[in-house]
Parts: sequence; C-alpha cells; structure tokens
Amino acid sequence: MSRWLPRIYLTLVYILIYVPIVVLVVFSFNESRTGYSWGGLGLRWYESLFDNRAMVGAMWNSLWLALSAATVSTVIGALTALALHRYRFRGKKLLNGMLFVVMMSPEIVLAISLLALFLLVGLQLGYVSLLLAHVTFCLPFVVITVMARLSGFDESLPEAARDLGASDFTMTRTVLIPVIMPALLAGWLLGFTLSLDDVVVSTFVSGPGYEILPLRIYSMVRVGLKPEVNALGTLLLVFSLVMLMLSQWILIRSKR
Amino acid sequence: MKQTLLSLSNLSKQFSGKTVLDGLDLEILDGEFITLLGPSGCGKTTLLRLMAGFEHPDKGSITLAGQDLTHTTPENRPLNTVFQHYALFPHMSVFDNVAYGLKMEKRPKGEIRQRVEDVLAMVQLQDFAQRKPHQLSGGQQQRVAIARAVVKRPRLLLLDEPLSALDFKLRRTMQVELKRLQRELGITFVFVTHDQEEALSMSDRVVVLKDGLVQQLGTPREVYERPANLFTARFVGETNFFPGTVDSVHDGSITVDVFGLKRTLRRPDFPVREGQKLHVLLRPEDIRVLDPADEHGVAGKIVERNYKGSTLDSVIHLTDGTEVLASEFFDEDDPAFDYRLGEPVKVSWVDGWEWLLPEEVAPEQSEEEFPADA
Repeated sequence: MSRWLPRIYLTLVYILIYVPIVVLVVFSFNESRTGYSWGGLGLRWYESLFDNRAMVGAMWNSLWLALSAATVSTVIGALTALALHRYRFRGKKLLNGMLFVVMMSPEIVLAISLLALFLLVGLQLGYVSLLLAHVTFCLPFVVITVMARLSGFDESLPEAARDLGASDFTMTRTVLIPVIMPALLAGWLLGFTLSLDDVVVSTFVSGPGYEILPLRIYSMVRVGLKPEVNALGTLLLVFSLVMLMLSQWILIRSKR
Repeated sequence: MKQTLLSLSNLSKQFSGKTVLDGLDLEILDGEFITLLGPSGCGKTTLLRLMAGFEHPDKGSITLAGQDLTHTTPENRPLNTVFQHYALFPHMSVFDNVAYGLKMEKRPKGEIRQRVEDVLAMVQLQDFAQRKPHQLSGGQQQRVAIARAVVKRPRLLLLDEPLSALDFKLRRTMQVELKRLQRELGITFVFVTHDQEEALSMSDRVVVLKDGLVQQLGTPREVYERPANLFTARFVGETNFFPGTVDSVHDGSITVDVFGLKRTLRRPDFPVREGQKLHVLLRPEDIRVLDPADEHGVAGKIVERNYKGSTLDSVIHLTDGTEVLASEFFDEDDPAFDYRLGEPVKVSWVDGWEWLLPEEVAPEQSEEEFPADA
C-alpha cells in the first residue's frame, strides 16, 4: 500500500497537468461543429483559423514584436552586461540594482508607469510603444544570462588575444562574442518567449492599430470561444516545444 | 658578451594602496633563459604583466632594444606570453589558435598555413591541427599555447608558471622540451615560477624576488652555493643554519666558534670583527655524518631517515636541540649503508664548503612568511 501511494499521487499530478493539454490538442483535430462532442478527425479548425484574417494578422504582429523585442534587448543587454563586467564606473551598483528592480517589480506597476510615460511624452500607442515596453521587461533577463556566462569566463582569453596582436575591438569580435554566444542565444530565446506571451503590460500599452495574439485571444474569451482556439493553442505548443529543444541543444553544444 | 634586450628601470606598481613592486631594476640579456623565482605575492606575476603590457607601471620605464615600451599596448609589443592556464580560444581549432597571431598581422594565407604547420611539427602536434582545445590533454594544450606564442617569432617569450598545472612526469618532459625550444629558436625566455628546482635546472640566470625587490640575481650555481641573504638561502633548496661567533680574524681566514668547535674558515666578503655573530650555512649534501667516537664534530642522534633512491636523507638532532638535515650518496663499497633511529652520531663538514652570512635584523620574520613546503 505504502509503495503504491506515491505512484498514485504522482499519476494524479501528471493527469492534472497534462490532460487539459492533451484534450486541447485532440480537440483541435475535431470535425464537429461544437467544441464539446467528437465528430471525427479533420483539419477544419485549422482552416478556419487561417481564414480568420484578424487572428492571422495578430499572430504575425506578435511574432514580429517578439522577434524585434528579443533582438533589441539582446543587443542592449549584452552591451550592458559587458560594461558591468569589464569596467568600473560611477553608478555601477545603481545600474545593477535597477535591473533587478525592473525584474522584481509587479508587472502591473511597470505597465501603469510605462503607460503614464508614453502618454506624458505623447507617444502614439502601437508597435513602438509595445516594443519599448517589451524591451524594458526583457532587458534584465538578458543581462543576467550574459553576466552569468561572463562570470565563468577565463580572463586571460582577452589578454591572450591582445598579446597576439588583436586590438580591443578585434578581440571583442573574434574572441569575446563567440565565447559568450550561447548566453546571447539563450538570452534572446528568453526574451522572445517573454515577449510572445505577455498580457499585462501589452494590455496597457497597445493601441487599436496593432493587435497582438494574447490580447486577441483574451478578447475572444469575452464574446465566446470558438474551437479555433484549440488549433491556435496546438500551434503555439508545438512552436514553444521547438524553441525549448533549440535552446537545450544550444546549451548542450556549448558545454562540450 | 651578451647585449641587453629588455631593460626595466625603477619599476613601481601599487594595487589599491598595496605596493607590489618597489623601484625594481632588471636587465634581461638577449637570448638568455632567465627565471623569476619567488613565493606567491612576491611580485613576479605583476612584473611579467608589466612586461606584456597588461598592466602599466606607476613609475619607471620598460625599454626593449632601445625602444621605449612603457606605455605601449600589448598588441604592439614584439613579445608574446604563454599563460598559466594556457588561455586557448575554446571555439577555435588548434590550427586557428596558432594562426590567430599571424592573421592579426594580416599575413598571406599560404604563409600562415606554412608557418603554423612548421610550428605544430616543432611541438609534435601536426596530427592534431583540426582538434578543439578541449579534445587535447593538458600537456598537448600546453604545447599549443607555446606554439601559438612562438609562431609570431617574438624577441622575447614570457612564460607565466606554464608547467604548474601538469603532473610531475609531464612537467619534467616539458622542462626538457622548453629548453630545447629555447635553444632552437634563440628567443629570450622570461620564465616565472615558484618552484626552485625548476628554476635551477632550466635557467641561465635566476632572479630571486621577495616583496617586489630583487633579492639576488645570478646563475643557478651562484644562487644555490652563494646565497646573498638568508631569504635566498631558505627559499632555494634546503639549508642548515649553524650559529657562529667570530673568534679571531686573520688575513685570508677567520676562526669561528660553532657549537664549541673552533673552525678556521675562509674570510667572507662582508666585514667581520672579533665577537661578531654570523650564520654558517651548510647544504644537506655538505654535511658529513661521522662515527660517535670521532673526535671532530658535534654530537647528536638520528631522528629520521628517508631512503630517496640515490641518496639517504637523514634528520639529526644535536644535543642542544638544533635540527640538521643531511643527504648522503650511497657508496659503492657499502650499498647497504643505513642508520637506525636513535643512533648516536657526530656531525661535521669539510672546511671551505660552508657559506657565511652576517646576522640580519629580524631574520625570523622571513621564516614565518615562508613555510618549509614552498
């Protein structure tokens, strides 16, 4: 009995976590008109998803936003991490602390303050405001990922490069960046994921001109869900699994 | 007469208020193998980093063959470094690691290929060109690091404890290999180590450093046989210190009272007067262990014996408690020669094999900083 108890418990936990996901995936291939009865296998909801112009548009918007936010925050974040690692300057501790403040503060606080800022400077809410907001909350994660890699970095590598005749810039290009590349990629992926599924901040700073996926889905909930959502959920699941595998692959390869 | 290649004058360096180098002068000769020897924290690594250009001196100047290098950046100095942990670029193959310096010089592709292959053959790694550093053993990585530094044909090669990460046997092999490379290439080697045996066996000249100051500069033989002060005597090799009192001073000799024995010794270079206290230094291999019935020598007993293969090393306690280290070669006539613990003996030495040093102010201080294992 005591041997079975932990197993039953564990099985229940897994059922609770994975059954809804499995149901979602299975029902995305349902041919039935209503979402609650089984009508055979088919790609009907995928068709209707891709026929839904607004939905597809929101998907592309979201992907483009995540792509640009991740890229911008990786560039800024990597430079910040390098500066924090290599140089001593006034306000270094302050800068370091402020990154953590952004990371730890409730998202709603960040959302309200960003909205207030954008309104104050008269920025039209849309792609630009979304991008600025997403870069803001992705940045600390990128900085911390890159800093972690730099802390285990052999300080004599840049010196060896300089010793062999490389200028500071050439050394950075040929030694420093290739060595921290896994951290840059990991930071980028993290930023991409954070940006893609953000709801709270996006709700505040998006405008009518630029609708993104999470907000689109959220608005659909209010008017009643269609089984299209199952198809969309399945696609996102596959997409995030691929991203997860990609990041693990990079991590394993970099450890060799 | 060899010419001066690198000249360091009045170099001083502080790190956050702590003085690491204090007005140090040193002339490095063209083509020599010179070793900077000292305990950790003596400033030897800082000195090397100043030469490489990774640090800049607070005071003083560095000149290479007449050219002032004091404020030159590392990439513009005609010298290269072999780092303690090799610092191979992990994302590049062995070939690309070695080619890096030549690519920076923008050499033609064909020349780079040729020179890299030549230098890899010289360190016997021609078959490993496409491997990544992590696929090599420690000794192989070490050889890549040396190849990468010498492929640029520098005037001077700086080596920062390059053998410290290797095991004993490999270390021996690499010592021989480094000496061979230095002879073949004719490059000046500046070698940093805290291992006195390594320093003595490899160098043309040894610089003994302590607290950022040169304690002694000389050939390994001079440093070992004629140490300039107590620190060098303690740091380089094992030494017995016998307290002596000058009994009388003659023309070329002095009579010294050691443990009640009156010995007539060679007069040292420093001034001596009657009644002065001094140290009589004897290396373990200079000690003669005599029969207890012998009328010469100081009485004591064996407290430890270590069979070392070619020598028998023993520790003898004299009657006043002084510990004496003796190292005796096995005699062909008596291969079974040995001591038992507690065996009474007498200790003496051949006149003229001793080395005299004057008493120093607070000599105990240096002993504490410097435990016996170093």
